[in-house]
Parts: sequence; structure tokens; C-alpha cells
Amino acid sequence: MSIVTHNTGLGAPTVPIVRITPPARWWVVPMRELWDFRELVYFFVWRDVKIRYKQTAIGAAWAVLQPLLTMLIFSLFFGRLAHIPSEGLPYPIFYYSALLPWMYFAAALQNATNTIVENQRVITKVYFPRLALPLASVLSGLVDFAVSFAMFVVLMVYYGIRPTPALLWFPAFILLAILTALGVGLWLSALNALYRDVRYVLPFLVQFWLFASPVAYPASLVPQKWRWLYGLNPMAGVIEGVRWSLTGHTNPPGRLIFVSTAAVLVLLASGLAYFQKVETTVADVV
Amino acid sequence: MTESVIHVEGLGKRYRVGERERYFALRDVLARAFSAPFKRNGVRRSKDYIWALRDVSLDVHQGEVVGLIGRNGAGKTTLLKLLSRITRPTTGFAEIHGRVGSLLEVGTGFHPELTGRENIYLSGAILGMSRVEIDRKMDAIVAFAEVERFLSSPLKFYSTGMQMRLAFAVAAHLEPEILLVDEVLAVGDLEFQKKCLGKMQEVSRSGRTIVFVSHQMGQMRRLCERVIWIDGGQIREQGRAGEIIAKYESASLQPDAAVAGEARCFLSWSIAGKGNIVTDDAQDLSFRFNLFLPEAISQGHFGMAILNESSAVLTGWGFDNIDIPAGSQEIVLRIPSLPLKPGGYSISCSIYNRGNNLTGGQLVEQWYALPPLIVDTKPVAHPQDRWAGVLNIPAVFQVLTK
Repeated sequence: MSIVTHNTGLGAPTVPIVRITPPARWWVVPMRELWDFRELVYFFVWRDVKIRYKQTAIGAAWAVLQPLLTMLIFSLFFGRLAHIPSEGLPYPIFYYSALLPWMYFAAALQNATNTIVENQRVITKVYFPRLALPLASVLSGLVDFAVSFAMFVVLMVYYGIRPTPALLWFPAFILLAILTALGVGLWLSALNALYRDVRYVLPFLVQFWLFASPVAYPASLVPQKWRWLYGLNPMAGVIEGVRWSLTGHTNPPGRLIFVSTAAVLVLLASGLAYFQKVETTVADVV
Repeated sequence: MTESVIHVEGLGKRYRVGERERYFALRDVLARAFSAPFKRNGVRRSKDYIWALRDVSLDVHQGEVVGLIGRNGAGKTTLLKLLSRITRPTTGFAEIHGRVGSLLEVGTGFHPELTGRENIYLSGAILGMSRVEIDRKMDAIVAFAEVERFLSSPLKFYSTGMQMRLAFAVAAHLEPEILLVDEVLAVGDLEFQKKCLGKMQEVSRSGRTIVFVSHQMGQMRRLCERVIWIDGGQIREQGRAGEIIAKYESASLQPDAAVAGEARCFLSWSIAGKGNIVTDDAQDLSFRFNLFLPEAISQGHFGMAILNESSAVLTGWGFDNIDIPAGSQEIVLRIPSLPLKPGGYSISCSIYNRGNNLTGGQLVEQWYALPPLIVDTKPVAHPQDRWAGVLNIPAVFQVLTK
């Protein structure tokens, strides 16, 4: 069937044919469609960042203040008073390097959990692949991450720590952090659309997860034989990895990272499937 | 013969009762599990469900402008939501050839903290425009909305009228092959409405297909070639606009043969004992409503409003704690005068049982598409339209020399 197309400004030569049917194949991720809507993902990220910085008095400074103040508190209580080992690193570097990925992760979960509910007006009025929302909410945290990273560079210079070739691994660990946030974020955003209880559970989840991750202590405190189990928390692999790649001083995460990567892939696949399943009805119940 | 760009076959959408109104809290799920532990999951009684749309088949051809009419809750919006993929059908399928732009609300995606310009990008992107496309149309959108001077101020400082203009301007510059529009032309002042209608006519002349919902039959007559009348989730009739609209209007006046069998709430009205026309020689000004109620109203609410062509409410009355027995009844609303400028007005009525809309009363029925109120009196206000306003209050001019 051929149809004369009009100039739509996109200059697309073919007419897309969409078949609307009852929901069936929720396990198929619409990669192609998501790619078509990549600009929308960009605009959602852009909106999140703009609004966050416009609504606060000191805007981007929060991205530095939050990890900086937390780092000071951790250095004082866990470091100076509790004498938690820091694997030879100055406490500020030890904590800040872990807080970088951790704060990103915690904020991304927060954003992802609320994204479907906050955008319910848009969801019930216009179609776009709903995956764009959790994806954008996870990506928008990267701006804050970049700002707080700048502070880390200052700390590194102050303490005279030179990066080592391990730094080359840094992007890989950040990717792992993004995928972890996305995997968990998909679950939370879909669950929160159905059960608003999730947002009350979230603060506890984040706090619990913080203690279960090597932020305030090094992973080497965990007994060797349980280390692989510890890796099931993907943030354990991420944080150990980031700390190692940025400073080059601590031990590389080793086998931990393989367990963490496997855990992330399971989280991501199950999160995508669950999200897709909820997506088919989300406009009806949200 | 042009080809069909929208092909719908046996489309149906079933909602669980209450599903559209609320989300579930975990406690509801738990409560349900505890209250009915032996009820088998997945087997639900059919009365828990309602079919918002059932077994709808239709074709829309390229370049056609098709109107959807029907009472509130008939399924028009559900059909648009299915075609725009916001929600998925329960049965049947639809095939759409071409890019779809849907306009189910004015200002989709607007954010009060962002500036006018930023909102144009955001809303445009959400409605399906690319960044390059928005860049290219920016000037046209801004000119259409008449907001040049405020482009860098946050939207929260805009008046409602300005927000509406901006929102429609973005939407009007969407250029999909198929445009789905839901009752969005009812916003804004008359001047702007005319501009919007003009834009829509322009769009349809350029060969694009439009499917739209409106309760304003005048708009329907002007814009559509073909009208589809949806009633109770099914297509009741379709055909040439004038013909179907006339049938629909007369059907909403009295319960006709097709639905007389089922007990349905209906209402017709007259004023001054003369149909729907008020003239200068009217003696007793009262609205008379003939009502059929399948169920008695107790401690309920009856509301009525008079609206002008741009849907602005000119006056309204609400009566609480009313009791009306079931069956055919007559309600009389007596007023001392009706100082409205000559012209056509729409009236809208609603009736609630056990309370009103604020106290959690149950909405029995709401009427939007009642026959219009025609005021055919002598104009006694300013002779120039722009100064005449909406009221027609007689005045006596006098000069008192000292």
C-alpha cells in the first residue's frame, strides 16, 4: 500500500505504519522506537536539570555541597573517631570518591521512582515510549555528577594524588553505575505507578543500601569468603571500582566486579520486562 | 478514491470499574486478598468491568476531516486515546498509516518554571516535533501566540489566556499526516478560537487527515465532511455531517425509539414557554426542564450554567439538598430577568444524587449538548460590538443642568 507523503519537515520518504493491538509482547524492548524518540529523552533530561537548578537558590552548588558535607561528617565520625581503615588514602579522598557514584545512584533512584507519577498528565495525554521517562531521570543525574566531580579534582590536587592508568577504567564503572540505577529505577518507577507505597519505602531502601555498600568502609572489611556474595550488590562493585580507578591506591575490585556486572544484567533485564508489562496499562491506572 | 489511512476493526477497550479514577495502594491489594481469599485470581465477575468502547470498526481516508460526536462518556475520548496509542485496546486492532499527532489537551508538558521559549521546545518535543523543526517554526509559533515580549519570562507569570495561546500555537504547528484533536478548541477568547479554526481548515486543505471531538455542533458543521456518532461505546450512526448532527441533536432532546427501552436519564428544556427562544414580549421568564429519572434523587444537587460561544460561564445556579422522585418530572427555575445581549448561548446542566460535586455526591448525568438558548431581544446596550459586552441592561440617559 503506497501513500503520497507530504513534506513533514522531517523529509522522511516512507510512511510509518503502526498497528495498534492488545498488549502482547511486553518482553520485546522497542529499541528502534526509543532511538526515534532520542530527542525527547534529551528534552526530558534538559527539563529536569533546568527545573532543579531554577527552583533552588544556589542551584548547582548543591551538587558540590551535598557530597562535600557528607564527606566531612564521614571523615570526622567514621575516620577520626571510629578509625575505619581507608587503605592508605586520606579520609576526604576515600569518602568523596565513594560518595560520587553513591550520591548519583541515590538521586537517580529518587528521580526514577517519581517519574511516572510526576509525568502522569503527559502520559495520559500523549504517546511516547514510556521508557524515555526512567531513562531520562537516570541520565539527568549525570549533570550533578559532573559538577561534583569537579570538586573531586580540586581535592585530588590539594592532596597531591596523581591519577594512574587505572583511570582508564573509570568510564566503565560509571556506565555500570548508570545501568544499576536504570535497572533498579525501572522496577521502582513501575511499582510506584501501581503502588504509591513505594515512595515511602524508598528512604529506607536507600539508607539500607548505603550501609550495604562500601561507602563508609572499604570492601576489604568484608570477609574474603563472603566477598562474592557482597558483589551481588552491584553498587559494591561500582564503588570499589570508582575508588580504585580514580586514586589507583586501593585494590582493584577483582572478582567482585564480575558478580556485580552479572547482578546488574539480571536487574536490568527483569526491570525492563516488568516496566514494559506495566507500561501497557500505565495510562489507565496512573 | 483515496486510500484509508486509519483502519479500525472490532476495536474494544474494557476498564475495570474505577480503574481510570485511582491508583491502587498496597493496602487495597492486601485488603482484597484478605476479604476474598478463596476467590480465584483472574476470574472476575463481569460487572467489575465496563466496556468504554466495544466492537468499533471504521475507516478514515486521506485528507478527510472526521468529527466524533456523542454524549459525555460515550467513548469518543477513549477512541482517540486508542488511536494515539496512549492506551492499548482490549480487543480488535487499528492500523495507522502515517505519523500521528494527538492534541488531547492544550499545553501538554508545559512547566510553570520554564520560560515561554523553553516551554515551546518542551511541549513541541513531547508532541512529536524534532529540535530542528521547532527551531525552524519558532518565529511562526511566537507570532501566532502573540507573546513576543514575554518569551523570556517564566510561564507562571503568563495570564491564562496567554498560556492557552502559546499552547495552541505549538500544537497548531505540528505537521503530522494525521491529527487527532479532542475538544481543545473550546478554550480561549472568540477571536483566538476563530484563528484556531482557520488554522485547522488550512491544515485540512493541505491534505492532512483530522479526526476531532467537539461538543460545539457549529464547529462540527463548519469543519467536518463526515461525522461519526458514538453512543454507549459503539458507533450509532455515521455519514454526512449535517445529517448526523441533526439526528444527534434531536435525539438529545427527547428519548427516541432506539433508547426508549432502557431507562436513561434525559432532559429537555424550554424558556418562557416558547421553546428555546427569549423575545422582548416574554411575560414569565422561567426555565422549564422536563426530566426523566430512572432513580429518585435524594438530598441531591441540580446545577445549571449559561455559557457564551467561547464557553465562558456567564452565570450559573446550583441547588443543594433537593429531592426529586423517579420517573418523568418537571423542574422550574424562575428568574426575574435575563439581561443577555441578543445571540446564541449554550446551557449546561448537571444533576447529582446524595450531595454535590464537592461533598462527594454521585454524578447522575451531565448535559453539555443541550439545544442552545437563543436571545432574540432588542439590543439596548452599546451599538458597537466591541463595547456591547455580554449583558443587555437598559439604561436611560439624562443630563442634569445646574
